[in-house]
Amino acid sequence: MTVAQQTPPTPAPVASSDTTPRNGRWTGFRYLLMARLLELKREPEVIFWVFGFPLLLATGLGIAFRNKPADVTPVAIVAGPGADNAVTLLQGSPRGSSIRAAVVAEPEALQGFRLGKYDLVVVPDAKGSFQYRYDPARPESVLSRAEVDDALQSGAGRKDPVPTSAVASTEPGSRYIDFLIPGLLGMNLMNSGMWGIGFALVDMRQRKLLKRFVGTPMRRSDFLLALTASRLVLMLVEIVLLLGLGVLAFHMQVLGSLFTILLLNTVGAVSFAGLGLLTASRAQKIESVSGLMNLVMMPMWIFSGVFFSSERFPGVLQPLIKLLPLTALNDALRATILQGASLGAQSGRVLVLLAWGGISFLLALRWFRWT
Amino acid sequence: MAPAIQCRDLRKTYDGQVEAVRGLNLEIEAGECFGLLGPNGAGKTTTIEILEGLLEPTSGQVTILGQTWKDNSRELREAMGISLQETRLSEKLTVRETVTLFSGFYRHPRAPLEVLEQMQLTEKADAWVGKLSGGQRQRLAVATALVGNPKILFLDEPTTGLDPQSRRQLWDTIRGFQQAGGTVLLTTHYMDEAERLCDRLAIVDHGQIIAEGTPADLIERLGGHHMVEFQVSGSSNGHSGEVWRALPGVESVRQDNGFVCLNVHEPHLTIPALLVAVEKEGQHLLHLTTRQASLEDVFVRLTGRHLREE
Repeated sequence: MTVAQQTPPTPAPVASSDTTPRNGRWTGFRYLLMARLLELKREPEVIFWVFGFPLLLATGLGIAFRNKPADVTPVAIVAGPGADNAVTLLQGSPRGSSIRAAVVAEPEALQGFRLGKYDLVVVPDAKGSFQYRYDPARPESVLSRAEVDDALQSGAGRKDPVPTSAVASTEPGSRYIDFLIPGLLGMNLMNSGMWGIGFALVDMRQRKLLKRFVGTPMRRSDFLLALTASRLVLMLVEIVLLLGLGVLAFHMQVLGSLFTILLLNTVGAVSFAGLGLLTASRAQKIESVSGLMNLVMMPMWIFSGVFFSSERFPGVLQPLIKLLPLTALNDALRATILQGASLGAQSGRVLVLLAWGGISFLLALRWFRWT
Repeated sequence: MAPAIQCRDLRKTYDGQVEAVRGLNLEIEAGECFGLLGPNGAGKTTTIEILEGLLEPTSGQVTILGQTWKDNSRELREAMGISLQETRLSEKLTVRETVTLFSGFYRHPRAPLEVLEQMQLTEKADAWVGKLSGGQRQRLAVATALVGNPKILFLDEPTTGLDPQSRRQLWDTIRGFQQAGGTVLLTTHYMDEAERLCDRLAIVDHGQIIAEGTPADLIERLGGHHMVEFQVSGSSNGHSGEVWRALPGVESVRQDNGFVCLNVHEPHLTIPALLVAVEKEGQHLLHLTTRQASLEDVFVRLTGRHLREE
C-alpha cells in the first residue's frame, strides 16, 4: 500500500514498524485534551459563561454593596403641632448630623415608610412627646429608632452618666466585596465543573460520540482524565481573572499564599468534576441532566455562603451545611484569601472536598454508561 | 487460520421483551467483504454492534480473529475500524483535528493526511466538521475508521443518504481496503450496494438469517435470472394467477401493486405465450417490461415484503 511505497528500502529491518509503537502511552490523552481545549476556545458561549459572567457579577455586586461614606438615616416627621420641636431637637443634638429628617403629611410618611424611603416615622403630639413607628423586622428601622431616640433625648438635654467614645474602623478583608470574591470563585468552580463536565458528557453520549470513542482502543480513564484536566486549565484562568479583578478594581488584599489558593482550587475543581461525572453518568438527554444538575447544585447555592454567610442558618443545620462541598471550598478560600490561614489549618475542609470527589468518581466509574 | 469474524447462536433481547437478534450464526473469512442485508429493524445494527464489542449479547459466542471480547478487547480494538450508523462528531473541530484525534488512540496509526487524501477530504482538511455536507461527514466517519490501520472494517449503513457519486467513491475505498487484505463487514438496505460490493451476504429478517450466499447464488436460488413485469386491464382477475403460473418457463408469480411479476428462466419462451394468454382471457396488455432479477426479488420472494417497507 501507500505506506510501503513511501518507505525507503532498508537492507534488513531489525525491528519492523509492526513491533515498535508509534504512539506512546499518553498520546491519546494529549490529543483528547487538545481537542477539548480547542472546542472550548471555539465556543463563544463558554467563554462568556465561564469568564465573563462571574466578572460581571462580581463587578455589579461589588458596586451595589460598596461601603458608603457615612450612613445617613432617612426619617419622616409627621407634620403637626410638635413637628418643629422635633426638628429643632434633632438639629441641636450632637448626633443629629447622621439623621436626615423630612417633615411630611402622615399619609405620605406612611407610604414612604412602606416603600423603604424612610427607615422610621416620628409622630409628635401637642404635649411634646413622640411616638416612633418602626418595623422590628427591618434592621435599619430598629437601628434608626435607637439613633433618633438618642438624638432627641440628648438634644433635649439628657446627660449620659458614663462618658464613652467611638473610633470608626474598617479593616481590609471585612468589606462585602472581600466576602464576595472567594464565594464567587467557589461557585464558579462548582458551576463550570458540573456543567462543563456533565453537559459535555451527556451531549457526547447523545451524539453517540462516546460510543464511537469506546469503539477505539482509547483508554476510558484517559478520556475522563482529559475532560477533568480541561476544567483545570479553565480554572487557572478563572482564578487569575477573579482575584485580579478583586485586587485591581476593589483593592482587595490577598493574605494567604498563592500556592495554597491554587491547591484549594484544584481540589475543589476535581471534587466538582467528580460530582458532575456522577450526575451525568447515566442520563441520556440534555433535558434530564439539566434537572439533575439543578437538584444537586440548588442546596449549595442557598446554604453554602456564596452571597451571604452560611452562619445565618439555624445551628441545627450547621453540621450538615459544613459537609457540603461548596461550603468547605468557600470557607477554605475565605480563610486563606482573607485571613491568610495555612493549608494545614484547612485539613478538615480539604478532606470534605476530597471525600466528595473521590466517592463521586468511584460511583461514577461503576455506573457510567458509554452508549 | 481462524475466521476473521465468527458468531454462534447470537441472541439479544432488550428489556427482556424485544428480541432483536434471535439465534444468528455467521462465519466470515479474512479478506472477505460480507454484507448484512435487510430492512430497517431487522436486527442488523444490533448484530454488528455486538460483533464490534459495543453491546453485550444476551447469549451466544463471538470470536474476532480467533479472540473473544472478554479476553482481548484492547488488542481487538487495535485491529478494527468502525463507522456507526449515526455519530455526530464534534462540529467545532476541523477535519484534520478529528482524524488526528482518532489516530492518537492507536499504537500504529496511518498518517491522518494520507487517509484524508484517500477519502478525498484533503481540500476540507481545515474546515470545521459543522460545515461539511452529509456526504463529506460520512466520508470523514470512514476516515476515522481507516486511520487506525485496521484489519477489519465494520461499516453500518455507510452509504445511507449519500449522493450517487459519493457512494461510488466509498465503494472504491472499500474495495481498495479489501484488495489490500482487509476484511469488511457492512450492513445495508441497498440491494445494488450488496450486489456490487459483497463477496457473500446474509439476508436478515426479524433477527434471523433467512438466506446466505454469494449474490449470484441467492439470485440463482430464486429459480430464474429474469423478471417479466406486466399490467393488464379486464375483469377476470380471480383465477389469472394460475394462468400465468402455467406459462412456459415461469418459476414463480407474485402480484405487486397491480402489476404481475413473473420470475422466468427463458423470457423468449414466456413472452409470446404470455401475449397469447392475455388475448385468450379477453384482456389488454397495459405495460410490459423485462429485467434481470435482483436481490430485491430474492428478498420479496423470501419474505413477501419489500426491503424499504416498514
